[in-house]
Amino acid sequence: MIDLTDIKKIYATGDIQVVALAGVDLHVGAGEFVSIMGPSGSGKSTMMNILGCLDTPTAGQYFLDGTDVSKASGNQLAIIRNQKIGFVFQGFNLLPRTTALENVELPLLYAGLGAKERKERALLALESVGLAKRVHHRPKELSGGQQQRVAIARALVTRPAIILADEPTGNLDSRSSEEVMAIFQRVHEDGNTILIVTHEPDIAEYTRRIVRFRDGHIEGDERVQNPRKAMPQVEEEKGAVS
Amino acid sequence: MNFLESLRVSLRALKANKLRSMLTMLGIIIGVGAVIAMVAIGNGASASITSQIQGLGSNLLIVSPGQSNSGGVKGGAGSANTLKMEDLPKIQAAGSAVKAVAPSANKNVQVVYGSGNTSTNVTGTTAEYAEIRNVNVERGHFLTQQDVDGSARVAVLGPTVVENLMGSSTANVIGKTIKLNNVPFQVVGVTASQGSSGVMNNDDMIFVPITTAQMRLIGNKYLRQVFVEAASADMMQTAQEEITTALQKAHHIRAGKPDDFSIMNQADILATMQGVTQTMTMLLGGIAAISLLVGGIGIMNIMLVSVTERTREIGIRKAIGAKGRDILSQFLIEAVVLSILGGGIGIAFGWLGSNLVGKALKLNASMTVSSVLMAFGFSAAIGIIFGVFPARKAAAMDPIEALRYE
Ligand SMILES: Nc1ncnc2c1ncn2[C@@H]1O[C@H](COP(=O)(O)OP(=O)(O)OP(=O)(O)O)[C@@H](O)[C@H]1O
Ligand SMILES: [Mg+2]
Repeated sequence: MIDLTDIKKIYATGDIQVVALAGVDLHVGAGEFVSIMGPSGSGKSTMMNILGCLDTPTAGQYFLDGTDVSKASGNQLAIIRNQKIGFVFQGFNLLPRTTALENVELPLLYAGLGAKERKERALLALESVGLAKRVHHRPKELSGGQQQRVAIARALVTRPAIILADEPTGNLDSRSSEEVMAIFQRVHEDGNTILIVTHEPDIAEYTRRIVRFRDGHIEGDERVQNPRKAMPQVEEEKGAVS
Repeated sequence: MNFLESLRVSLRALKANKLRSMLTMLGIIIGVGAVIAMVAIGNGASASITSQIQGLGSNLLIVSPGQSNSGGVKGGAGSANTLKMEDLPKIQAAGSAVKAVAPSANKNVQVVYGSGNTSTNVTGTTAEYAEIRNVNVERGHFLTQQDVDGSARVAVLGPTVVENLMGSSTANVIGKTIKLNNVPFQVVGVTASQGSSGVMNNDDMIFVPITTAQMRLIGNKYLRQVFVEAASADMMQTAQEEITTALQKAHHIRAGKPDDFSIMNQADILATMQGVTQTMTMLLGGIAAISLLVGGIGIMNIMLVSVTERTREIGIRKAIGAKGRDILSQFLIEAVVLSILGGGIGIAFGWLGSNLVGKALKLNASMTVSSVLMAFGFSAAIGIIFGVFPARKAAAMDPIEALRYE
């Protein structure tokens, strides 16, 4: 599914060169659930952005689902981002002043789907993250955990090949974190490929494989012996208005 | 993404920022409104002047005392005392192109009837005046040849004078005696209303025999103007030449010396006045067009700010699969919608403005289809021209850079 060969990312700020990724080789197969850990500044986000086709590597090769992404044009990258990748950010990155439903519909809009199908699929995706009763709320009317679930619904709605999440629980309390991880576990059980970046060992234990970063290198790569099961059900919605 | 979807996305963004959208449109609204109103008022003024000049009479030539400057426009003419009643038969006999001749001498007088009291302009003339200047008499009759020959103290009043004197323009005034500068005159007729056009009120006039006017009111023998009707429109030029020759002979003007009279031709006046109003219209329209340009720059300015401000939004859209072209069309459509909407509102305001000014100045300020289309096309073009730059800037953004933007 994902094949990285000697990926390098070097930032040149003025005279100083910052090596964010110093040659990363990584293979992630279809259906894997991987967490990426490592100290701050070790290059985790840099790699996720490259995996998500938001950024391009300075050197190296990246094959996603069989296509050489390093050779794709800006337009092709946009199509890949739209159809193959679902990206979840630490800071949610929802459009403000736009309802949950419209936010989730957005990737389908750029995919060229009709209004009716967009709405149906977005509603399904929101339902699957337990937000059926919050579809007409704007981001600022939602809690952090709910916003992140909207963002996850937006990532899932195009049924992408891989889901990438950069510290999806970084801004959430432990209860919301568990809800989010429960969703990821369920999505994984449905056969999706998921990579998440996290600082918290607890969170990593919900996944099946941990890749450790240090100074732009992969330092360790291990299976999780006894993956924890996140509480499957989502908080009861009280007094919600749809 | 198709056009309709892009349009919807753009409209939503504009709606989310109502105040700013309104302020952005303001420049275009004022610009388009000004262009429309200025052109409409200019056209109205031009039409009004044309009808005024045509209302002077048909195939009209006006002989004035004093020298004319070149081009046929009256310069300082009219002040000199070179035209007299004796010239009249000579002009009449100048040639076959001359059909009718009427003199005119004017004076502002105080008019009194009973307790009614007004001041107006008295024109001393002859019976031919009515035909030459298209004056119709509603009641009574116009001045006659006998009135002129006998220096009769008779007067024909305009309806406005009657109204000012007696409180109603239909009041029975025929046969009554009014006083012009304390000289009693008997009213023999009331002219039909010609309506006032622009600053000139054709109804606020009194006609008396030229002989009486010179003797009793003005106190000299000179004429202010001589109106000549040419036999036909084609004969205007011939008539002008014939009169020139006749008057040069009568006034003993040797070849090469300047004439002591000038002849204006209705067509010349019309052309000159139309040229003036056209220039004015273009000038006003041009100034208004500059404000339209400023409005366009305003749109570009706001759109640039908007692009910077919404960098993060652009980043998010790109991260979930928006192509450069999607972002480009969104911002371009926003700019075009702003300018077209502004143009539409501007047309409404321009229409309103030209109507109000038209009413105030008694002009028929007609909004032309071409000026509406032009303003509309112009504002759409402004939206595209000034929207392209910010939209391209937005479309060219790097997704990760845009997402990092704080
Ligand atoms: N746009 C940039 N310009 C210059 N240097 C950058 C840029 N982005 C990242 N870096 C540098 O690259 C290195 C890796 O950064 P990265 O964000 O990938 O770290 P990280 O592992 O995600 O850290 P954290 O856990 O704090 O999120 C850091 O040293 C950082 O300073
Ligand atoms: Mg990071």
